[in-house]
Amino acid sequence: MEKILQVKDLELSFHTFAGEVKAIRGVSFDLNKGETLAIVGESGSGKSVTTKSIMRLLPESSSEFKNGEILFNGNDLTKLSDKQMQKIRGKEISMIFQDPMTSLNPTMTIGKQVMEPILKHQKVSKTKAKEVGIELLRMVGIPNAENRFKMYPHQFSGGQRQRIVIAIALACNPKVLIADEPTTALDVTIQAQILELMKDIQKKVDTSIIFITHDLGVVANVADRVAVMYGGRIVEVGTVDEIFYNPQHPYTWGLLSSMPSMDLAEEKLYAIPGTPPDLLNPPIGDAFALRSEYALKIDMEQAPPMFKVSDTHYAATWLLHPNAPQVDPPKTIIERMKTFRGSRYYEQANGGDA
Amino acid sequence: MAENPYTLFLLKGNKVKVCKCFHFEKKLIIQFDINQTHVLWRCNVVKYIGKRLVYMFLTMFLIATATFFLMQTLPGSPIASYNKLNETQRAIVEKKYGIDKPKPVQYAIYMKNLAKGDLGTSFVFKGKSVNDLLASRVKPSFILGAQAMVFGTIIGILLGMLAALKQNTIWDYGSTFFAILGVSIPSFVFASLLQYWVASQWHLLPVGLWNDGWKSSILPSIALAMGPLALSARFIRTEMIEVLSSDYITLAKAKGANGFEIAFKHALRNALIPLVTVLGPVAAGIVTGSLVVEQIFAIPGIGEQFVSSIMTNDFATIMGTTLFFSALLIFIIFIVDLLYGIIDPRIRLSGGKG
Repeated sequence: MEKILQVKDLELSFHTFAGEVKAIRGVSFDLNKGETLAIVGESGSGKSVTTKSIMRLLPESSSEFKNGEILFNGNDLTKLSDKQMQKIRGKEISMIFQDPMTSLNPTMTIGKQVMEPILKHQKVSKTKAKEVGIELLRMVGIPNAENRFKMYPHQFSGGQRQRIVIAIALACNPKVLIADEPTTALDVTIQAQILELMKDIQKKVDTSIIFITHDLGVVANVADRVAVMYGGRIVEVGTVDEIFYNPQHPYTWGLLSSMPSMDLAEEKLYAIPGTPPDLLNPPIGDAFALRSEYALKIDMEQAPPMFKVSDTHYAATWLLHPNAPQVDPPKTIIERMKTFRGSRYYEQANGGDA
Repeated sequence: MAENPYTLFLLKGNKVKVCKCFHFEKKLIIQFDINQTHVLWRCNVVKYIGKRLVYMFLTMFLIATATFFLMQTLPGSPIASYNKLNETQRAIVEKKYGIDKPKPVQYAIYMKNLAKGDLGTSFVFKGKSVNDLLASRVKPSFILGAQAMVFGTIIGILLGMLAALKQNTIWDYGSTFFAILGVSIPSFVFASLLQYWVASQWHLLPVGLWNDGWKSSILPSIALAMGPLALSARFIRTEMIEVLSSDYITLAKAKGANGFEIAFKHALRNALIPLVTVLGPVAAGIVTGSLVVEQIFAIPGIGEQFVSSIMTNDFATIMGTTLFFSALLIFIIFIVDLLYGIIDPRIRLSGGKG
C-alpha cells in the first residue's frame, strides 16, 4: 500500500513558564492512501498536538521539534519554511476542527470562506471559484447553496457549519484530511450525519483521513486502523478489529472497559484509576504503569518498545515480552477476545471444534 | 380547544424584542421560513431608521430647551457696558436684542426660529447671524478634525496590529510605549513641542494661523491625532490578541493563508468592532474642534469661537454652537450604530418584509 504520510520518532516540546513540557515523546505512524486512521486517547495524550504539528499550526514561539521527521511527498514537514508550508496547508493537507461554532469567521460570508483556499491554491477566476464553491457546498449537503453563498456563519446551525468547514477542507482535494474531533461538539443525531458524510466523501475524493477522537464508538464507525495514544506516545496500533477484539496494551483494555456496553449491562462501568502523567516530568518507564494493575517491575525502569503482534498490530507493553508472565485481561476484554480469530481465548473457547 | 402550537408560534411569536442598542430598542421580526428550515432574524431597517430619527429629533429638542434655560443662569449680561447705561438706554438695547420679553416668550420665539433653521443674530459680532458665524468657523475645525481622525485611527490601528502580531517583542513594547505617551502627554504640550521643533527650529511648516493653505493644517492635525491614535492602538492591540487566538484564525492558517491575509482579511474586521463604539464620541469631540489646540495654533475654529461666546454671554452664539455640537454628536452615534451592522453581520439590520 502506498504510504502518503510517515511520521517517524516525532518528539515535540512546549516551552512554558513552568519548564519544558514534552507533549510528544517519540511518535511514529504511517498513513496509507485512502485509509482512515483514528487516533484515540484521553485529553492531554498528545493526539491533537501530533496532528497540529503535522500542519505546523502550533505557535512557533513556544513549540519546538526535538527530534524525528514528518515525511510527506518526499519532504520533511518539520524542516519546511512557513512559506512552503502555506502551499501545503489547505491544498495537500487540510483540517477540520472541533467546534464549528467558532471555527468560521463571523464577519465573512461563507461563500468567501469556501472560495478562499480555491483562489489561494488554484489559478482560477472568481466566477469559476464560485462555481466550485457552490458545488462543494452542495456536495456536503447544504441545501439551496447558491442562495446561501452570501450568508454569514451565524445564519447556519452547528451541523451545517461543520458541513461548511468540511467543504472548506475539501476545496482543493487534499491528499490528507485531518479531522480533529469533528463530531465532539455536535449532538448525537448530527454526529451520525457528519460521520456518514465523511465516509461518503472519502469514497468520492479518495483522500486519507486522520481522525482524532476520544469516542471509541465513533472509531468503530469510521476507522480502518486505530492508534491509541497515551502520555505523548502511541501505545498500540492495529486494525479496528485488532484493537477492539484483540487488544494487548493494558491502557487499551482500560479504554475499552470504560466504554458502556449493552451486552454487559450487569457490570458497573469501569473507570481507569488515577490521572494522566505530568508531561512536565514524564515518568521514566511505561507512562501508564502507575495506573495499571498489570504493571511489571521493568515498567518502572524502562519504556517498552513496540512489540509485534501481527503484521498490522503492534503494542508497546512489556507484557508481550517473551519473559513476561502471562496475565489475564479484564473479563470484558476476554469476552471480546473470544470472538477474535487468532487470539488465545478464541482458540480456547473453540478448541473442541478446531 | 387547544390551539395548534405552530399557528400560535407564527401568529404571536413573530415580534420578539431581542436587543437594546444604546437606549434605542430594535424590534426584530422573526420570520419562520419552512423551506430553509431555519429561523431568519430580520430587522426592518426603514422602520428602525425612522424610529431613530424621531428619537434624535426629541433629543435635540430637549437639549435646546435645557441649554436655553441653563444659559439664563449665567452671571452677567451680554451687554458689555451694562452698568454704565441708564434705565432707558438699557431698555432700548434689550429691546433691540429681544431680551426684554419674559423668558417663556423668548423661548417660544427662539424655538420658532430654530424650527425654521434660524439660529438668531450674534450679540457680539454686529448684525452677523449665528448661522454665518458657524459656517465660517466650522470649516477649519472640520478639516483639522477629519484629518486628525483619519490619520490617528489609521496609524493607531496599524500600530496596534503590529503590537499584537509581534506580541512580547520590541515592536510590541515600542508601540505600547508610544500609545501610552499619546494618552499621557496633554495635547497642548505636544502641540507646543511640534511648534518649537518643526516650525520654529527646522522651519518646515508654519507655526500657526490659517493662511498657508493645507500646510497650516498639518501640525495642528498631528497634535489632535495623538488622542485617537493612542486610543485605537490600545484597543486594536487587545482585540487583535484575542482574535488571533480564535479558532477561525487557526482555520484560516490551515487553509494556507499567509500572515498578511490573516491580519487584514480575517482578524482586523473582527478586532474593529469594539473600537467603533469608542471612536464615535471621540470623533465628535475632535471634529467639532479642540479648544486648546486651536488656541495654540491660532486657528479661527469653532472651539475657540465657543469659548469666547461664553465669556461674552453671547446667548445666540452659545445656543447655536451647543446645538451644532449636539446635532453632530447625535448624528455620529447614529452613524456608529449603522457602521456596527456593516462591520458585524450578526447585528446587521437587513431590509425585511415585516
